[in-house]
Amino acid sequence: MSDTIRLEYEVPGDDFTRAGEASSDVKRLLKKLGVAPGAVRRVAIALYEGEINLAIHGGGGQIVVEVSPEEVSMVLSDQGPGIPNIELAMQEGWSTAPDSVRNLGFGAGMGLPNMKRNADEMTIESEVGVGTTVRMTVRVA
Amino acid sequence: MTVKEVADRLGFTLLAGEESYEREVESVYCCDLLSFVMGRAPADSAWVTVMGNVNAMAVSTLADTACIVLAEGAALDAQAKEKADQNGIAVLGSRQPVYETARAIDRLIGG
Ligand SMILES: Nc1ncnc2c1ncn2[C@@H]1O[C@H](COP(=O)(O)OP(=O)(O)OP(=O)(O)O)[C@@H](O)[C@H]1O
Ligand SMILES: [Mg+2]
Repeated sequence: MSDTIRLEYEVPGDDFTRAGEASSDVKRLLKKLGVAPGAVRRVAIALYEGEINLAIHGGGGQIVVEVSPEEVSMVLSDQGPGIPNIELAMQEGWSTAPDSVRNLGFGAGMGLPNMKRNADEMTIESEVGVGTTVRMTVRVA
Repeated sequence: MTVKEVADRLGFTLLAGEESYEREVESVYCCDLLSFVMGRAPADSAWVTVMGNVNAMAVSTLADTACIVLAEGAALDAQAKEKADQNGIAVLGSRQPVYETARAIDRLIGG
């Protein structure tokens, strides 16, 4: 347990210019720790998609990342509107992103599927009007 | 072939991210929707797009593309340029449309 590193980030609600900072920071750390490039890339992709979803859909939120020699675990929580139908949200191409963020290149409806594909484990808990928590694990060894 | 060689041979302008001009370009990928790029762009690819904003810079870093090639003379905005220079994200500019830009790179690297 002593060699587990814990990182916490606060993601602002509508500042898309800053979204990506947590993922970039975690990526740098994993590289420095000598984690295999494939695993680093999977964490970076999964975490970025989650981070952007916090900013766009969740109205901001918190990220907790724990890095152990075996795995990287990521918990992303927000107190936003929640996801009424998780199965639908997980489908490739499903998106409720507003035009303002589509103009920036978001809204393909591919974020959650990318997270699912890159994480070894992923669960979503969500309650409408209360918020959403996404947990992901990527094995690194 | 390196990013800089690609730029020199095809007459693309070097817009930002000098630190990565010597990276090897292994393939080419085209798309403007960021989650597609995240999910599908191969590492070490030249990513051809018209998106010159900070979010595109973040995607390039995280998906580990060799460079971004802004086609159609699309602009790299000031904030994106700053981020690219800070993080060593090579950005090239092409006057050609996306398809012609990608095809020229592909031919050059022998894809
Ligand atoms: N944290 C969240 N809170 C509320 N709704 C969410 C949250 N995350 C995802 N959603 C819902 O799920 C949909 C699908 O999410 P997904 O990340 O797959 O696509 P997107 O964010 O719309 O577009 P992309 O990620 O391709 O840019 C979103 O459009 C939104 O309706
Ligand atoms: Mg998304």
